[in-house]
Amino acid sequence: MRLQYPTNVRVIQLPCSGRVDILHLLRSFEDGVDGVYVAGCMEGDCHFLTGNLKARRKVEYVKKVLGSLGIEPERIEMYNMSSAQGPRFAEVAREFTERIKELGPSPVGKAQAA
Amino acid sequence: MIVGDSKPLEEILSMIEGRDKVLVLGCRGCVTVCNVGGEKEVGILASALRIARKKDGLPPTVDEMTLERQCDPEYIEELAEVANKYDAIVSIACGVGPQFVAERFGDVAVFPGINTTFIGGALEHGVWAERCQSCGNCLVHNFGGLCPIARCSKSLMNGPCGGSDSGNCEISPDVPCVWDQIVKKMAVMGRLEELEQVWPNKNWLTARDGGPRKRVREDLKQ
Amino acid sequence: MKAGSNLEKMLSAGHFAVTGELGPPQGNNVEEVRHKASFLKGIVESVNITDNQTAVVRMASWAASKILIDEGLEPNYQMVCRDRNRLALMADILGATALGIKNVLCLSGDHQRFGSHPESKNVYDLDSVQLLAAFKKMRDEGKFLNDKDLDGSPKLFIGAASNPFADPFEFRVTRLAKKIAAGADFVQTQCIYNMDKFRLFMKQVVDRGLHEKCYILAGVTPMKSVGMAKYMAKFVPGMDVPEAIVKRLQGVDKKKQGAEGIKMAIEQIEEFKQMEGVAGVHVMAIEWEHRAKEIIEGAGLLPRPVLD
Repeated sequence: MRLQYPTNVRVIQLPCSGRVDILHLLRSFEDGVDGVYVAGCMEGDCHFLTGNLKARRKVEYVKKVLGSLGIEPERIEMYNMSSAQGPRFAEVAREFTERIKELGPSPVGKAQAA
Repeated sequence: MIVGDSKPLEEILSMIEGRDKVLVLGCRGCVTVCNVGGEKEVGILASALRIARKKDGLPPTVDEMTLERQCDPEYIEELAEVANKYDAIVSIACGVGPQFVAERFGDVAVFPGINTTFIGGALEHGVWAERCQSCGNCLVHNFGGLCPIARCSKSLMNGPCGGSDSGNCEISPDVPCVWDQIVKKMAVMGRLEELEQVWPNKNWLTARDGGPRKRVREDLKQ
Repeated sequence: MKAGSNLEKMLSAGHFAVTGELGPPQGNNVEEVRHKASFLKGIVESVNITDNQTAVVRMASWAASKILIDEGLEPNYQMVCRDRNRLALMADILGATALGIKNVLCLSGDHQRFGSHPESKNVYDLDSVQLLAAFKKMRDEGKFLNDKDLDGSPKLFIGAASNPFADPFEFRVTRLAKKIAAGADFVQTQCIYNMDKFRLFMKQVVDRGLHEKCYILAGVTPMKSVGMAKYMAKFVPGMDVPEAIVKRLQGVDKKKQGAEGIKMAIEQIEEFKQMEGVAGVHVMAIEWEHRAKEIIEGAGLLPRPVLD
């Protein structure tokens, strides 16, 4: 479709959102990434049945960890969309980028610079 | 298996405060099986601690290591080369682990990263329940294969009490009344009559009440 | 006679006996005990003194029992297994009987989780059935649990509790039989609202001849209001409050609900007087002790028979 979405979004492809590992999510924040979102299929439509449900729970887990560390849990999010929804993909990318812009750079990255 | 719960991150962070080089030490035994202290969990805890350190501008050296077990001296010995490079070792094995590490490496500060809770088994993936209180005198065969000492909130041997409600314990609808289960099971097995006898007083000498326990196998000792 | 208490004498003479209940204060306020006791004087054979009931700490049951003796009433010393190990339980019964206490009730005790100090350690060294057996041994054999002789053995009239409404229902009569076999001379039931279920329970009890081995007293607690009925139906484990009871109270004006509750209690007692196997009634007018007389009188049980 060649729709525009913000250039700061780095896409990492997985065979299924369920393949995402808590460690992938945490290590991203360790490396100073400002925000992470997981995009999975609509609930009920997962090709592997429950992969996207598992992904959601992992995202919830990482939200809790971030909260315990004094980092905004909103820096990580789970989104559901169908692979046919190109515009939705772009919309989410913009929405999430806006959210992170408002939150500012990750406190983890900031400290590194100091 | 021995089951435990992760300590809150805030608690672990306050334990390692002011200690620059930290080692998170896991165990491939029980805590791996109940997903609280294995290699994976070591990775997650170490990453979380590194994030916290970086955020606060502190040295983020949090190393990871997982031993086969932390309850045998031979495996603890594997730390010999590296133990005193660390200002803190956070062991996420059961309560035995931090004690064995602390005993062997007297100069290193050792901290428990989990709270050991009970001896139990998995009911389904992700759910574990207490089954044994290690009373030292197992009598589950008398109760249809269920343990009233561990699973009755009041450890009754002549239960159920008057608080048993619709198959649940009076303390919570989430806790099944094991005596309800015992009576029903014994009835199904045609052994209900056996529950008519008055079970005599429990001898708690074999339990923790009698003092810390030790087991010696003369035939195995070197 | 095992202990020669009022309660024992009244029951063995074949009269329909009446017991009451009193919860000690959450402090050492002696006047409060005397005040509550005054409502029960002369209208019951003996009064249950609860032991850290619902796991809320109160003046020790043995102490409140002694105060009652001093006031000229007879206590039923309740003892729970939750707070004390066998050493303390044996020591306490020796102390209690030394002070003149004759009736004792052996109970498991509500779990401390919902009490005033939920962090406390759980004891339950013995259960209620084992406690009955322990006291029977001390009384009849004059020995401690370790078979050593006692220097003075307790004369006791031993009681237990029975809950016909807890689960599993099929096992309740068996558990009662166990308590009787272990040593219960008398039993008080949990308060009854489901009369149908109780009649069924008593029929099984009588069929097994248990009423001939042990005196069974039916528990009655008057409903103060429809709110109380709903609360008990929903939140108290092991309590069976039929919908009909709630409806009957709802059908009455709020100010008259208490009186209706008392009326219902009296009706129940009238039936218990006629029911085979029931030797008496245990009136638990908790925090309503001043209305106990009304109920007992209304059921035609006053004045209490005088024994020679």
